Amino acid sequence: MNALLLIDFGSTYTKLTAVDMKKEEIIANTKSLTTVQSDIMIGFQNAYHQIKEKCKDIYFDEILACSSAAGGLKMVAVGLVPELTAEAAKRAALGAGSRVLGVYSHELTQREIKAMIQQTPDIILLAGGTDGGNKDCIIHNAKMIAKYIKNVPVVVSGNIKASDEIEEIFKENHIYYEITDNVMPKLNKLNVEPAREAIRQIFMKKIVEAKGMKSAESMINGILMPTPAAVLNAAKILADGTNTEEGIGDLIVIDIGGATTDIHSIAEGEPTKPGVMKIGLEEPYAKRTVEGDLGMRVSAESLCHSVSSKKIMKFVPNTKYNIEERCKYLTQNVNEIPNTLEEIEFDEALSMVATEVAMERHVGVIEDVYTPMGKIYSQVGKDLLDAKYVIGTGGVLVHSKNPSKILRAGLYNEENPRYLKPTDPKLLIDKDYILSSMGLMAEKYPDIAIRILKKNLSNV
Amino acid sequence: MKKKIVLGVIGADCHAVGNKVLDFALTEAGFEVVNIGVLSSQEDFINAAIETDASAIIVSSLYGHGEIDCRGLREKCEEAGLKDILLYAGGNLVVGKQDWEPVRKRFQEMGFDRVYPPGTPPEVDIEHLKEDLKI
Ligand code: B12
Repeated sequence: MNALLLIDFGSTYTKLTAVDMKKEEIIANTKSLTTVQSDIMIGFQNAYHQIKEKCKDIYFDEILACSSAAGGLKMVAVGLVPELTAEAAKRAALGAGSRVLGVYSHELTQREIKAMIQQTPDIILLAGGTDGGNKDCIIHNAKMIAKYIKNVPVVVSGNIKASDEIEEIFKENHIYYEITDNVMPKLNKLNVEPAREAIRQIFMKKIVEAKGMKSAESMINGILMPTPAAVLNAAKILADGTNTEEGIGDLIVIDIGGATTDIHSIAEGEPTKPGVMKIGLEEPYAKRTVEGDLGMRVSAESLCHSVSSKKIMKFVPNTKYNIEERCKYLTQNVNEIPNTLEEIEFDEALSMVATEVAMERHVGVIEDVYTPMGKIYSQVGKDLLDAKYVIGTGGVLVHSKNPSKILRAGLYNEENPRYLKPTDPKLLIDKDYILSSMGLMAEKYPDIAIRILKKNLSNV
Repeated sequence: MKKKIVLGVIGADCHAVGNKVLDFALTEAGFEVVNIGVLSSQEDFINAAIETDASAIIVSSLYGHGEIDCRGLREKCEEAGLKDILLYAGGNLVVGKQDWEPVRKRFQEMGFDRVYPPGTPPEVDIEHLKEDLKI
């Protein structure tokens, strides 16, 4: 049987998914521990043998991969005004599937350069100025990077009128760079796609090798993108559809992990209520936010600090645990698997808090503006009240007996009506962990990917 | 190259029509207008001017709270590195029909280069812009 093999080199597990392209079905899923320290292919081979055992007469025509191994893609974003080009650059980096280690604005100082070096980014995204706007800042920052940070690739997505000078600076200093369109060509207009694509190209060309994964490329047809970018890709294709397959419309993906909670939304997010004025920087249609302080294990302790134990208590009123101690324990024991009822309950409470808070940070907020005439409303961010679907993925959701309870923590809440969260969406679960692999597959076979997604995401 | 002008209506003011009229008139006159629209804070004006490298900020206020909303704008511009940016204000800057001279004086003391009484047509400030920016 001929099949397609999809690989996700994850931070912990290397996950394999075999797809029968004729029947448009998933044949098998296997996983094995990721082995990036020694040779990434060892872990792959382990999982590969399992899949060969499961389906004996299988032959793979093609193998595609995404990766978040070896720390995943890590970036810093540089812009001019914090709320404008610096924020736009951050959003572009997140949408490219990166972790954002730092966001810098205005003219970089040597101190900031030092901090940046310590963060060891894989790529720097350099923005600043609208097209035809401020040039001085981005040129200064290009010079600082060229002088002090020589070995990190730079994606330049700022004022295009500065690109000749930046090109000269980088060429002279042998910096690896890529110049693309501005992330904010006009004030408050966001244009993240060109930067995302440039980041992905550099990821494929340079980062995969730098992370010791070059050996994988002899066997597979390329590590095409970071895993989070694949998830966003899957969400986008499922929402929008293709030329031949209908999409399912506006949706949100909630991905609760050990270290972070990621939210993806595919929606324009225009106001759904009359009389609301939208203000601020435009939102990306396909938007990803990452909460580094909200997670089930590595970030359990930071979650407790960020949201207070009272809020966690709300979801486990009768727990025998001391909330802070339990969170600390989970952070120190990242491989802990909950067994008893109490342990499961506690994990679910953490996941509900993570969902609630991550959604609050992702969605738009409505503010009352009091005027002599009475109240009017302003909206910053996306209005997702009418989003049709919320899809859950990640271990705690997939293994939970009650995933809808967790997802509901992310929905609209009358006690906090400022947050424009979905009011009445259908809830789906990615029970076979296929979002990232389908996002990967969608690069080449979008129609089949969307059909498999529709079949495999189950209602809860 | 076209001079860039940041235009907007300051504070909790949502009078949108005059803003559109001004945008149109200024664009016609050859300026590149960066229109941040209604409900704009002082920070919105400043941020826009920084990113776009604008030569002037034109503040409208129609609902009568202009004086409170505009206070401190010049100081914040200086703080943000916008040293020589032109600041104009107009619309219905204060409540009702007040004696204009004291109002003008107060706004100029606040650091506005030009201040316009109610009913000033866009042509007037366009002439002034050309003069002040030496076009
Ligand atoms: C339509 C209107 C509204 C609509 C606005 C709808 C909208 N989203 O645009 C609504 C009903 C929402 C409204 C609400 C209010 N309004 Co009203 N509104 C008006 C009205 C009737 C017309 C405004 C208009 O569109 N004019 C047409 C445009 C083309 O003219 P313009 O806005 O004046 O702008 C021109 C000039 O002012 C000038 N200009 C403007 N800025 C600048 C800057 C510079 C540098 C220069 C040179 C020139 C310049 O050029 C513009 C283009 O020609 C005026 C009365 C009037 N006839 O002006 C009252 C008026 C502006 N409103 C007024 C008031 C008090 C209010 C309210 C506070 C309460 C109320 N009475 O309803 C609320 C405030 C709401 C808020 N938060 O902003 C007062 C303001 C009084 C004052 N300043 O002393 C006015 C003058 C009515 C009055 N005589 O009492 N209003």
